[in-house]
Amino acid sequence: VTEQVAEPSAEVTAPASKAPREEDPAELRKRADEALEAGDALAAETALRELWALAPGHASAAFVVPRFERLREALPLQGSKVAILRSFTVEPVVPLLRATAFAHRLDLEVRLGEFNAYAQELLDPESKVYAFAPDAVLLAVQARDLVPRLWEDFADLDGDAVTAAVDDASALLRSLAGAFRGAQGTLVLHTLEAPGVPSRGLLDSQAARSQAEAIRQINRTIAELAESERHVVVLDYDALVARRGRDRWFDRRKWLTTRMPIAAGEQVHLAYEWAGCLHALAGKVCKAIAVDLDNTLWGGVVGEDGVDGLQLDGEYPGAAFREVQRALLDLHQRGVLLAVCSKNNPAESLEALERHPGMLLRREHFSVLKINWQDKATNLLEIAAELNIGIDAVGFLDDNPVERELVRRQLPDVTIVDLPRDPLGFAEAIRRSPVFERVSLTDEDRARGRYYAEQGQRRRLEQSAGSVEDFLSSLEMRVEIAPVTPATLPRTAQLTQKTNQFNLTTLRYTEAEIEELRSSAASDVLTLKVVDRFGDNGLVGVAILHFDGEVCEIDSLLMSCRVIGRTIETAFLAAVVGEARKAGARRLSGRFVPTAKNAPAREFYSSHGFAGADVEDGSSVWDLDLDTQTVACPAWIELTIVDAGSRNGAG
Amino acid sequence: MTSVDAPVRRVAADVFGLPEAEVTPESSPSTIVTWDSVQHLSLVLALEEEFGVQFDPEDIEQMTTIGAIVDVIEQYKSRA
Repeated sequence: VTEQVAEPSAEVTAPASKAPREEDPAELRKRADEALEAGDALAAETALRELWALAPGHASAAFVVPRFERLREALPLQGSKVAILRSFTVEPVVPLLRATAFAHRLDLEVRLGEFNAYAQELLDPESKVYAFAPDAVLLAVQARDLVPRLWEDFADLDGDAVTAAVDDASALLRSLAGAFRGAQGTLVLHTLEAPGVPSRGLLDSQAARSQAEAIRQINRTIAELAESERHVVVLDYDALVARRGRDRWFDRRKWLTTRMPIAAGEQVHLAYEWAGCLHALAGKVCKAIAVDLDNTLWGGVVGEDGVDGLQLDGEYPGAAFREVQRALLDLHQRGVLLAVCSKNNPAESLEALERHPGMLLRREHFSVLKINWQDKATNLLEIAAELNIGIDAVGFLDDNPVERELVRRQLPDVTIVDLPRDPLGFAEAIRRSPVFERVSLTDEDRARGRYYAEQGQRRRLEQSAGSVEDFLSSLEMRVEIAPVTPATLPRTAQLTQKTNQFNLTTLRYTEAEIEELRSSAASDVLTLKVVDRFGDNGLVGVAILHFDGEVCEIDSLLMSCRVIGRTIETAFLAAVVGEARKAGARRLSGRFVPTAKNAPAREFYSSHGFAGADVEDGSSVWDLDLDTQTVACPAWIELTIVDAGSRNGAG
Repeated sequence: MTSVDAPVRRVAADVFGLPEAEVTPESSPSTIVTWDSVQHLSLVLALEEEFGVQFDPEDIEQMTTIGAIVDVIEQYKSRA
């Protein structure tokens, strides 16, 4: 169905370099090396990524990793540091992990813990692990190492001994997670795998107090840790092993000779799992996915088959497209924005979106619709602009390989979901794409799609209202500034991590660091909430202030792109001025550090009367004399300041 | 030259980061500086993937040169 390029997009002529996709690893290796030689970084990256997708494994990893390293300067790679603490040999998995990460533009620096020294390394604050300051620590520990009593000797144990072993293991895991609490970064805990053949054989399944159940109890502790500790994330190793098959996964010979328990061909699947998790932790994720319609979101071509001729029922082949919609709906529920990017007639397409009985996704699930005859790259740029996100935060889903290749060439920062030829594999390709993974969800994430729908209404109002002031007044904005609380701490840290555009210094903070600032007498962390007549925008701004005698320094001030351009920043600054005065400051100082993305914040200080001076590294420093100057809240914003009480501790 | 000779040399060249031409039947840990115990395990795993086999520990011990590796794999192939 998908091989026939049925859309009018077939008229698009492919770039000269676009040959039918090579399916030969040797050919891809040659192409990669030739592109490297010629200095064509994008072509080299494409060849390496395709080679990795086509022939993943130890030999390919050894080939692609050093070549990706040579592309570091030329590609927009994101760096991240990961420490792997382990009870088994993981060295051969590291190149597989790095290759997988590189293929998704994540450049991992990996440090391995000493063999079976994971407990000491986590418990000792002076250990090399903490000195390495990793963004993530993977704790790769197996049941047979953590709880040998339950694994090897289970048949010898009575009920009390089983309980004691479960409690011991749970207590150890709790203390390891607790020891990590003060560190930066995230601790990723593996669940323990269930035994393939229980010690008691068939008897095991006949008892409630089974070996499998004992392992499950420890896994429950691990899940509870992820829920209660903000810096702990779970990676379900047991589910991974079960998915691949316990018998196939375990290589007894390698385990007994080299302490490597995983069969050669299975190790890459652990690398995939790790990479997905690290992607989400590194924030190297897409905020939106733009999807094609014909033969991607539904089977058939609406312009030819008509709305009623589309394939979207529960049977093959319509079921494949229902699965695509279910996968996209799942992304929507975790806060990924959906957009349509299709060359089509808007009327028919909208009719299908709005009334085809087989659709799981409807008009309201999509934040932006681009249904027209423009080229897809232009539409993708417009989608990014309307959503106020960078083009590198946009994913692209299209069954047509020519369109994918064109977008790859024109917009190399867009993440393209590589789809197989068979639509039955589409949903799986979406679900396996690490850029849509999230390891935690805030209420804002869950409600994001709705916010953007309301944003659309605001924009329409903007077009109909007269003057800008009339428009701003009509929004009936209410802004609340409050000190950060334990409840708002995760969202606050998340905003410092993710906000790129309206961000004066782009300093990133972990939850632990925000907590430290919150309890410091010399600092304030202020949060900003905005409600308007279209709804509650939630927590969308953060300011971090340091107090030193007569000077109040703005360490950070940032706002979500959702509320940029509505003078809310002026209200925020007015509140900051008030806080500074209250603390006895006579001078408010700040710094602007330019990045590739924060142009929207560049005029912030100068437009509010600050006196500035450039400093050597391209940034600028700014001062406001609080004795003679002030910042007033705009008349159309109702400003409420929730009292911090006092800055004298964790209040 | 046999049918497994070329893929073995390619896999070894990948794992050790060398041009294929520099890998010969005589290549061994004493001629290839990067051939340490960790890389040996990576090489074994890469060969197991390439040829779809699982080596016995005794056979892995025999794999001290590229030529010896080719011999071991040919035995596995002839058994299959």
